[in-house]
Amino acid sequence: MVSAKVIRGFLFASVCFLVSNGAVKAAGGVPVPQQDWTFSGVFGTFDRGELQRGFQVYKEVCAGCHSLNYISFRNLTDLGFKEEEIKVIAKEYEVEDGPNNDGDMFTRTAIPSDTWPAPYPNDNAARAGNNGALPPDLSLMVDARVGGADYLYALLSGYHEAPEGQEVAEGMYYNAYYPGHQIAMPSPLVDDGVEYGDGTKATINQQARDVSAFLAWATEPNMEQRKRMGVKVLIFLIVMTGLFYVSKRRIWADVH
Amino acid sequence: MSEPKFNNSLVRWIDHRLPIFTFMHHEMHEYPTPKNLNYWWNFGSLAGIVLVIMIMSGIVLAMHYTAHVDHAFQSVERIMRDVNYGWLVRYIHANGASFFFIVVYIHIFRGLYYGSYKAPRELLWMLGVVILILMMATAFMGYVLPWGQMSFWGATVITNLFSAIPLVGESIVTLLWGGFSVDNPTLNRFYALHYLLPFVIVGVVVLHIVALHRFGSNNPLGIDVRGNQDTISFHPYYTVKDAFGLGVFLILLSAVVFFLPNSMGHPDNYIPANPMVTPAHIVPEWYFLPFYAILRAVPDKLFGVLAMFAAIGVLFILPWLDRSPVRSATFRPIYKIMFWVFLVDCVALTWLGAKPAEGIYVVLSRLCTAYYFFHFIILLPALSIFETPKSLPKSISKPVLDPDGGGGGMIAVPAAPREKA
Repeated sequence: MVSAKVIRGFLFASVCFLVSNGAVKAAGGVPVPQQDWTFSGVFGTFDRGELQRGFQVYKEVCAGCHSLNYISFRNLTDLGFKEEEIKVIAKEYEVEDGPNNDGDMFTRTAIPSDTWPAPYPNDNAARAGNNGALPPDLSLMVDARVGGADYLYALLSGYHEAPEGQEVAEGMYYNAYYPGHQIAMPSPLVDDGVEYGDGTKATINQQARDVSAFLAWATEPNMEQRKRMGVKVLIFLIVMTGLFYVSKRRIWADVH
Repeated sequence: MSEPKFNNSLVRWIDHRLPIFTFMHHEMHEYPTPKNLNYWWNFGSLAGIVLVIMIMSGIVLAMHYTAHVDHAFQSVERIMRDVNYGWLVRYIHANGASFFFIVVYIHIFRGLYYGSYKAPRELLWMLGVVILILMMATAFMGYVLPWGQMSFWGATVITNLFSAIPLVGESIVTLLWGGFSVDNPTLNRFYALHYLLPFVIVGVVVLHIVALHRFGSNNPLGIDVRGNQDTISFHPYYTVKDAFGLGVFLILLSAVVFFLPNSMGHPDNYIPANPMVTPAHIVPEWYFLPFYAILRAVPDKLFGVLAMFAAIGVLFILPWLDRSPVRSATFRPIYKIMFWVFLVDCVALTWLGAKPAEGIYVVLSRLCTAYYFFHFIILLPALSIFETPKSLPKSISKPVLDPDGGGGGMIAVPAAPREKA
């Protein structure tokens, strides 16, 4: 059927058009190099080791300024942590709770159902602590930036000396991939800034890669479930559509 | 037209008192449909099914969504993370909106190509335009609900358009906002209307189908059905054909929902709305881009808004702009070319709507906008006079050209409404 091909071709072309519009270039117009992620592609899954390393980078470096409001301690099971381990991690943190029966707020150690404690009580405090700039919440970073994890990796590993003629304002830092090339965040990563438990060498690029993968997970903890289900759904639909097509051919056989 | 025989006595008992089964038999089973419909005719029933998918997924989302500026964004993320299969329902709903427009736009261009808007189907066409407008309003308000950056700024830009109306413009904008800026009252009324309008669409769809079933579907030849030899019953022929088309559609929708769920959205909408920070480029959803391009092509704000609304409004009077008695572009050699030129113009406008309003894009937008209206206002009426159509086949069953060359291709017998049993 020629017309059926045309329909499919048209839809496929429009999908491709829309997709190609979305990726590759960051908002600043600087092309972002594509990385080879374990979680990209139809069968992509997260690398648990990478996620745990990325979590360590977040916890020891990023969490000083950036909140992760939509992630709870309990979500860390996705990273391969056992429940006991998560309780231990949660115990390192104090959270405010209350009011109690006397009407007073109190602090207690965190439990797995608590969300990740934010470094600042509110946006104004965050600005006051960061030269007027607001460190954004990182829970949705990968979906909230053009280029996704590729962009985050490029940004975190993209701090260089400003090239000749590039003005960098007071309190700002040059970054090759940030829109406008001036970012209020100083280069957060240094070589061996964290010590990985699995012996991986903590270069800037390695940390940038790990934490980008971790944030891809934080953005969409259900990604693996989504892709697994997608494969099954597509197989089912293709078989079903094939049966419909055969039925259609049979039923229409007597129409002239 | 045969009276259906029902074997089940309960069905017979009900049908005698409330002839709903007879009705369904006539309109969904026996309903005589031209036997030569091609796959472009799948998109009507497909649009109806997508509407149902949107309403069903939307009701589930509404059970978990909170329409408040302080909680809306968070409640959507809660749906994505903590509600069982919430991510699936939301991705179906968000991408379903885009696919709804793809399906409806194809449906509309099919109507344009085969002259489905011509007598006696003018009201059928106009009801379709009403559905399109309602869809646009619903989609626009739906996009505001997650209360991301694009939600907020899109709402600000679009509602501000109404301020261009002389005298009452500012008051209308205040009324839309429920205050003096886009804020919580705006979100609440948009949510209420976003829930209401789909059911209004269902109502207009019912009218659309009633009008359709009066004369039956147009067909690729654009000639009237001459008798039973030209038609087949809707069931099983078109039910199975529509089922196959639905399968292909669901494969494409699933491919996007499961593997590229955010490809049709804007990353900025994953940033919570912030009235103090304006995004670098405020871009509407892709399905609004041609109209957005027309809006920006006109230098004057009021006339830009008028042009944008006229771009849809002109569709209402299309049946009277195109006076050619021949429906199908297959038999209209010049119109056939101009149809594709017009389609390219619309695609170009979509592309231009996504580009910044500067430099060459402004010039191109103006040219494409001018051509858009030229097509409807000048070209179609002129073609009705000057174009010589090819001779039409005598009937659907005998798609053989007149042996003596025919010429003119006038339809001799006026279309007759379907007999009602």
